[in-house]
Amino acid sequence: MAKVKSLADLRKMKEDLQSKVHLREKGDNYENLVQVKVGMGTSGIASGAKEVFNFFVDELEKRSIEGVVTQTGDMGYNFAEPTIEVTIPGKEPIVFGNVDMKKADQIIESYIKNGELVEGILPENYDKIDNK
Amino acid sequence: MAKYSMHILVCGGTGCRAAQGLAITESLKKEIDENNLNDTVQVIETGCFGFCEKGPIVKIMPDNTFYVQVKPEDTKEIIAEHVIKGRKVERLLFVDPDKKEKVSDSKHMGFYRKQLRIALRNCGFIDPENIEEYIGREGYEALGRCLTEMKPQDVIKIIKDSGLRGRGGGGFPTGLKWEIASKNHADQKYVVCNADEGDPGAFMDRSILEGDPHSILEAMTICGYATAATKGLVYIRAEYPLAIKRLQVAIKQARESGLLGKDILGSGFDFDVELRFGAGAFVCGEETALIHSMEGERGEPTVKPPFPAESGYWGKPTNVNNVETFANIPVILIKGATWFRSIGTEKSPGTKVFALAGKINNVGLIEVPMGITLREVIFEIGGGIKDGKKFKAVQTGGPSGGCLTTKHLDTPIEFDTLIAAGSMMGSGGMIVVDEDDCMVSVAKFYLEFTVEESCGKCAPCRIGNKRLHEVLTKICNGNGTREDLELLDNMSRVIKDTALCGLGQTSPNPVLSTLDNFYDEYLEHVDDKKCRAGVCKSLMQYVIQPDNCVGCTACARVCPVGAITGERKGIHFIDQSLCIKCGACIEKCKFNAIFIQ
Ligand SMILES: Cc1cc2nc3c(=O)[nH]c(=O)nc-3n(C[C@H](O)[C@H](O)[C@H](O)COP(=O)(O)O)c2cc1C
Ligand code: SF4
Ligand code: SF4
Repeated sequence: MAKVKSLADLRKMKEDLQSKVHLREKGDNYENLVQVKVGMGTSGIASGAKEVFNFFVDELEKRSIEGVVTQTGDMGYNFAEPTIEVTIPGKEPIVFGNVDMKKADQIIESYIKNGELVEGILPENYDKIDNK
Repeated sequence: MAKYSMHILVCGGTGCRAAQGLAITESLKKEIDENNLNDTVQVIETGCFGFCEKGPIVKIMPDNTFYVQVKPEDTKEIIAEHVIKGRKVERLLFVDPDKKEKVSDSKHMGFYRKQLRIALRNCGFIDPENIEEYIGREGYEALGRCLTEMKPQDVIKIIKDSGLRGRGGGGFPTGLKWEIASKNHADQKYVVCNADEGDPGAFMDRSILEGDPHSILEAMTICGYATAATKGLVYIRAEYPLAIKRLQVAIKQARESGLLGKDILGSGFDFDVELRFGAGAFVCGEETALIHSMEGERGEPTVKPPFPAESGYWGKPTNVNNVETFANIPVILIKGATWFRSIGTEKSPGTKVFALAGKINNVGLIEVPMGITLREVIFEIGGGIKDGKKFKAVQTGGPSGGCLTTKHLDTPIEFDTLIAAGSMMGSGGMIVVDEDDCMVSVAKFYLEFTVEESCGKCAPCRIGNKRLHEVLTKICNGNGTREDLELLDNMSRVIKDTALCGLGQTSPNPVLSTLDNFYDEYLEHVDDKKCRAGVCKSLMQYVIQPDNCVGCTACARVCPVGAITGERKGIHFIDQSLCIKCGACIEKCKFNAIFIQ
């Protein structure tokens, strides 16, 4: 590692190195952050869930939104894959179906940023095992 | 740099490592490699998570899934199911013992709910062998601020204002200690970190050094700046090989990045740290003995004053602090004295790390705010007593402490209340004792330790503790008298008042506190020759219950010393003067006619 020559140097380094542990810090504090869960069952993956997952990971960061993106198993909405569940702190989780990149973008801009609902909300019908 | 969307944390503390933590890490890495996940999933070996009872532990981030008792064979499923398909591996989740429900998030476990991790903030969170992760967590920020923006007296003021008290046992105000060291002028001063950790059952210092070694180096450097010392020494016991290795790695990295050595962060301040190894004698944890041992002399204490802050290592002013005390320093400097005071109690601000052991369900390392009650620690965090047995007492403060009982369950835990209750904080060992334990034997056990560990320099400790041990043995053997109880009490007080160092001054505590709280048990031993817990073998009697005995003669034939007599089909009888308490008869009797009294 390069020499740290001053406090300013150290702080700059911290900015760069923070990403190494940031994911864990977010995980530790997930209740206060936007949580996006992407259903990764076989049918989800077949219809592009992996890409949607990556999109959220990248875009939340680019748009400076502190969020936790995780994957979960099949959420039981085979007719509307890819399916995602979004939880804004203090609100009930909402499930969106048929999420492609365009829809994902809309969800970030309207729902996550401004709390405005967007089309494609599915009734909650699956069994949650997470975060009990 | 790869952009990871998932981190897998594997406990790499001594406990979990012994239970194959290393093999788990290796095997996870292999699976990740085989599944081409190297760019998205990172495996990190961290320090101890504390929940040793359920180790080895694997935690997945950011979804905060906590897997317990993981075996190397389980890693395939973790990767295939959790990592690839997003499905939690249910069979590896923790099961809440009360609700019988699976819990995946550690925040919802009784063991973690009431904990607050300050000293242990990075243990189980970062890779201790990677300085970059420490810096990413605001590591060395406190040092940077001190060196660049603060004068030594400002640093001391914050520590004084925070009310931090030494976590090595005595509870002496840390800021005041630093101030004294700073005011003693000399051409060379030293900072010593006491990592001797002699209390059997305590392992918090080891865990901090294994899980977050940089925090100790940073704090020692800050202390050096505050007291104008340029040399730091960590006195660590040689039986802690992993902690030593992690410290060595950390020292090397800190030197390479210029965070130890000359002109740190361009401030002109020089500081370096070296290790000194102890052979593991309990008394060497006492600061004057520790210093003598570092000088190559015998590890024997000397009278204080002079305190090390005046005349310590090679006669120079030396500030000695405990590992956990140091671990609190960087956080206090970043978050401020007011923040620190908002945690814990007025007289004991902050948190304390405890090592839970003995007859408790959740054995492990916990950090809780001062002022929490024993009830919360034992029954909520500790999950209560093993096998549904009854709580009897908890020994705090190790061999120097005393036992606390049911009547103390709601006492807030802090330095002064524990002393008032006849025990002490010590380094934070907590050994839980249940109805199956005999309190006289518990006291005897600790005295055995003290007798073994006494350095022998002063008579009260060398001879007195030996005598105490003899009297306790006599009582356990059924030969004690009421006079012996008085003798125990008197002798204990004399030893406390006259011993030279803290070891002798506190060694009678287990005797005094058991006499205090369990006098009836002592009385039973001396008057009735009875040990209600059935621990003192000599006081046990094997007796035949005439109603149940059918006279099958099985016991008489198996008894190796011929202590059992009786006619065929007649009631049998055990001669207590011959019986050696081997228990052979009780196993042989098919009619439940033999019992222990
Ligand atoms: C017999 C005996 C054993 C001790 N063992 C330790 C020890 O293992 N670790 C420790 O930090 N302090 C131990 N101490 C306390 C030290 O003498 C000293 O007070 C302490 O290291 C100061 O640091 P602190 O103010 O940060 O607690 C022991 C004291 C006595 C009397
Ligand atoms: S009290 Fe015990 S350990 Fe301490 S100096 Fe005396 S003999 Fe040694
Ligand atoms: S073995 Fe049991 S039943 Fe048989 S003689 Fe002995 S005590 Fe009586």
